[in-house]
Amino acid sequence: MNFWRQTAVIAVKDLRAELRSKEAINASISFALVILLLFNFAFAEWADQVREVAGGLVWIVWAFAGVLILNRSFARELANDCLDALIAAPLPSSALFLGKALANFVLVVAIELVSLLVFGIFYNVRWTQQFWALMLVIGLTTWGLTVVGTMFSALTVNLRLRELMLPMLIYPIMIPALLGAMEITNALMAGKPLDGDLLTWLRLLIGFDVIFTALAVALIDTVLVG
Amino acid sequence: MRDKVLYGIAILAAALLARNLYLIFLQLPDEAAQGAIYRIIYFHVPSAITAMLGFMVAGAASGIYLGTKNLRYDAVAAAVTEVSLAFATVVLVTGSIWARIIWGVWWTWDARLTSMFVCWLLYAGYLMLRSAVEEPTQRAKFSAVLSLFAFTDVIIVWKSIEWWRNLHPGPVLSIRTGGGNMDPAMESMIYMNLLALVLFATVLVMVRMRQEEMRREISSLRQLALAQ
Amino acid sequence: MSAAAVECAGVWKFYGDYPALSDISVQIEPGTCLALIGRNGAGKTTLLRILAGFSQAGRGRVSVLGDSPRDSATRRRIGFLGHGISIYDELTAWENLCLFGRIYGLDDPQKSAREWLDRTGLTRVKDGLAREFSRGMRQRLAVARAFLHDPSVLMLDEPFTSLDDRAIGILQGLLADALRAGRTVIMSTHQLREAMELATHVTMLQRGKIAYHGPRTPEMLNDPGWLYAQHGEAG
Repeated sequence: MNFWRQTAVIAVKDLRAELRSKEAINASISFALVILLLFNFAFAEWADQVREVAGGLVWIVWAFAGVLILNRSFARELANDCLDALIAAPLPSSALFLGKALANFVLVVAIELVSLLVFGIFYNVRWTQQFWALMLVIGLTTWGLTVVGTMFSALTVNLRLRELMLPMLIYPIMIPALLGAMEITNALMAGKPLDGDLLTWLRLLIGFDVIFTALAVALIDTVLVG
Repeated sequence: MRDKVLYGIAILAAALLARNLYLIFLQLPDEAAQGAIYRIIYFHVPSAITAMLGFMVAGAASGIYLGTKNLRYDAVAAAVTEVSLAFATVVLVTGSIWARIIWGVWWTWDARLTSMFVCWLLYAGYLMLRSAVEEPTQRAKFSAVLSLFAFTDVIIVWKSIEWWRNLHPGPVLSIRTGGGNMDPAMESMIYMNLLALVLFATVLVMVRMRQEEMRREISSLRQLALAQ
Repeated sequence: MSAAAVECAGVWKFYGDYPALSDISVQIEPGTCLALIGRNGAGKTTLLRILAGFSQAGRGRVSVLGDSPRDSATRRRIGFLGHGISIYDELTAWENLCLFGRIYGLDDPQKSAREWLDRTGLTRVKDGLAREFSRGMRQRLAVARAFLHDPSVLMLDEPFTSLDDRAIGILQGLLADALRAGRTVIMSTHQLREAMELATHVTMLQRGKIAYHGPRTPEMLNDPGWLYAQHGEAG
């Protein structure tokens, strides 16, 4: 069966299962909203300045809320030993991985867009000024987060302390991508266009995505097969 | 045989360190702008180089393990990473002390210290992962995968934080006083201490490796005994 | 390569330095049913997982239907039923079977799903979420999933352990049909009576090594614990 068709089957399955139970989505959105609320208390008198660092702040929200979704990714296969059935099936590990990564990508981007709307309302941040550039950055960075997170979800799925291990492993790896994303997003939210120095960061994001996607696809089989 | 090599390197390392310490504290003059505290550079810089070399060796050992499935390479990777993490800690602590004395702040977010901190987090995560996996073969496999991810990231981290610092220049912790010209006696001492620390690191790695292999052997013997 | 359906030669499996399996060499002819027996910790599940392609042997060669069990084409012809039932609680019975039908590349996943829901008596509840099923129904769905793609080799890890009577009956019938149709079955089990009835061959593992490998004899059928007694283990 065609590789991409199999990837799609897995992606659809994960999305269907998650949308039916909505466990991870609800937790993630709630978490994002709470953080946005807490920012208010943290930055009480400096509400105006928040706008200037909005780009950085919003990625903190997204990175933390996103990991809640990523944690579920392989964890949902543990009940009933479904992971065994998938590994035994004529499904390349890379198709399983990419299918899950795609499903996670869709879910995390959905969370990000919803919380972006709320963020704009709460803090009067006009994020639509450079709309398509912002969407591009969101897409690239979220793909990096998803690839690394799905990979480590597979790595930590059978460990005790899984919920603690996953964030500990993901965030340091994500630092360069988050750094680039924050730089670009800060500028975009201040209305600056995507050029000059920002293009260097964009190249970093693309490079990050390519390198880690390749590394994950190459190593996923080693991780899944005992 | 291995013991003899170990003792040999240990003695060499001790001798070299003793000589260096003597020279550092008693012979070399104070640096013009910074006074006595500049001596910390003889530990700060070589530790940084040792740590980074270690992370690279660990990455290579992890790759070889995945190729050969020989658990000895896993022991190498684990031992080297642990020792390198210790040296990374030395870098952060000495950097902090130096900054406090020269700048009056305990920390500056300059490019190198920040990057080293990220490396520290990456490899602390590696050790945490190792302690969370019971079964030795699985532990070896998972840590090898993480080590490869971590080292790839290390390269990206150093480049990206350097760019970031160029965009936001702050108080620059310049190791090179005055922009690159160092008294030849001082410069060669940095290299001598680098050699001493690398030898020291090698001793630590060998000791740690042996510990790791013994632990694995004991664990299998225990399993064999329980299975009877 | 001989015509053996499943073969392993010189297989070792290490956990660290500890050998969970030592020098296992087994040949299983097509159309036979092998009962894999042994105490807990003897290595039955470990061996079965290697044969099914979940695990890699530390040393030695494994071949299923002439190729490595990790091979994509081979995996399509292996059916596995493990301890966990491997069905998705959040999907309906119908969705579960269609999903696995698609993953296994069946020409008409929906037709196969319909057929197997029928054979396991689940047609009436096909649109119910698996999570809402009774235990027996979930087990029958798991059996349907394992047989769905008409595998040539069936590997079952203690299949009778968590089944209720109706499910045991269905499974025994399906296995008998499969054997009649020339399929190969490997079953690791504690349920000696049910196993010995179906088995044509028996392999007994003791502490990771083969203690017996050969045809099922009348003594074993009459007294399923006979083989254990022969090898110094309490029945």
